[in-house]
Amino acid sequence: MSSDRSSAHAQLTAEAVARRSYGKLVALLATRTHDVAAAEDALAEAFASALAHWPSEGCPSNPEGWLLASARRKAIDAIRRRRTAERASSDVQLLAGELDSAPAFETAIPDHRLALMFACAHPAIEIAIRAPLMLQVVLGFDAKRIASAFLIAPGTMGQRLTRAKNKIKQAGIPFRFPERQELPSRLDAVLDAIYAVFAEGWADADGSDVLRRDLAEEALFLGRLVTELFPEAAEGFGLLALMLYVEARHDARRDENGEYVPLTEQDPARWDSPMIEEAEARLLRARELGPIGRYQLEAALQSAHVFRRRTGTPNWLAVMQLYDALLALTSSPIVAVNRALVIAQLQGPRAGLEAIEHIADTRLTEYQPYWAARAELLAKTNRHAEARHAYDVAIGLERDPAVRRFLQKRRHALDA
Amino acid sequence: MQYMLMLYVQEGEWNKMTSAEQKRGMAAYMAFTEALTKAGALKAHGRLQPSSAATTVRITGSKSQVLDGPYLDSKEQLAGYYFIEATDLDAAIAWAARCPAAGHGIVEVRPLWPAPAKIE
Repeated sequence: MSSDRSSAHAQLTAEAVARRSYGKLVALLATRTHDVAAAEDALAEAFASALAHWPSEGCPSNPEGWLLASARRKAIDAIRRRRTAERASSDVQLLAGELDSAPAFETAIPDHRLALMFACAHPAIEIAIRAPLMLQVVLGFDAKRIASAFLIAPGTMGQRLTRAKNKIKQAGIPFRFPERQELPSRLDAVLDAIYAVFAEGWADADGSDVLRRDLAEEALFLGRLVTELFPEAAEGFGLLALMLYVEARHDARRDENGEYVPLTEQDPARWDSPMIEEAEARLLRARELGPIGRYQLEAALQSAHVFRRRTGTPNWLAVMQLYDALLALTSSPIVAVNRALVIAQLQGPRAGLEAIEHIADTRLTEYQPYWAARAELLAKTNRHAEARHAYDVAIGLERDPAVRRFLQKRRHALDA
Repeated sequence: MQYMLMLYVQEGEWNKMTSAEQKRGMAAYMAFTEALTKAGALKAHGRLQPSSAATTVRITGSKSQVLDGPYLDSKEQLAGYYFIEATDLDAAIAWAARCPAAGHGIVEVRPLWPAPAKIE
């Protein structure tokens, strides 16, 4: 093999390991010391060392084990370099102990990624940074890439990630399964963070921004990971089903001219059928496991929409029941808005409008779908002046140009 | 790890309570202290006198400045502390949640730096 080719091979192997095992290795390296930043630094050095050695020495049979052993040595070296640091000795002992008891290269590396996710989504970590933190420490995204996906300045994102990692280390946030009684709420926090990753990716409907398009795939990866590592968690399957249903309609959201197509006008033939089938299977698994939760209800709603659009059978009563359950569970004003639209289907636009006007929540004043729903119901009840105003607010709040054009078209139709 | 549970409460509230309520309040704190002691988690604890008894000191230039009153003039004041040993933040939070002050005030959980140790 020429040196170019072997170096390319080493690069590919390192990249494959990074993709497959980054979080696994970080989790293992940081489990005892709780020092995620140090674990990442050591792993980065180990990857660099792999790229230096593997081309000439050949790729090891167990690349993960090689990287783990190398990273552990680098971590100890790094602590010894900082001898003046007061807490160094305890971390050296912990890591040295691990080096001695380290599994042989052939044995499987234990997977502590779920514990790492629980640490990232710990209630003591600021909610807004949980999803970015998970992208970084479980998947190895750099701060710049995350910042771009979450529309935040890279410097700010870097600082906030560093701060969160310091908190994990300094406050003693554990890397383990939470106690039984707090497990449901702690798992919800993990799932919420994964869904936040998905929602960021979903916001880029054109798929023009590669970074954000990736996020939906990464969220699906994390969702699958949770169901693999925690196969008894019904809500994990519920979230995965929900994301699959939504992702299956990704392409159908735009027509051939790149214009926005609402769910009611989408062509079901353009949906990704295998993905919908997988979603159905995951939702079924969730129901078998029980108990029911927010993500399962949302997935069930998606399933009902798919059924109605595919068969042409109106199922608004079933949809209404699901929204009722969801509203009782979450008290979310967003759920209440969608529920009002279903009331309009069942009892007419006037009843829908009444329901939407009963929602008292100031957060809705900046929520585009609220204004769009209001506008549509006002238009249907012939209150055109108010409808035009509501469309204007909705258009002003929308960040996606295709959806803006869609709303503008609806608004102009009122003038005709 | 070592954690400091700092209890912040509204100071006026205690004096507004009836003596029966105060007795129940004291009993709740004693039970909490007892539970920490039995678990071997308690290292120290104490109840502070009201902030009206506080004095602040700082040295500016070479002159020391002594002022009457607490450092922060806020509604909730530091009223006591529990210095505990816990395996991790979750364990410390579990203790904080059982502290009566979590019910009528706020408990701040702060880890301590580990004591400096000699290297190898």
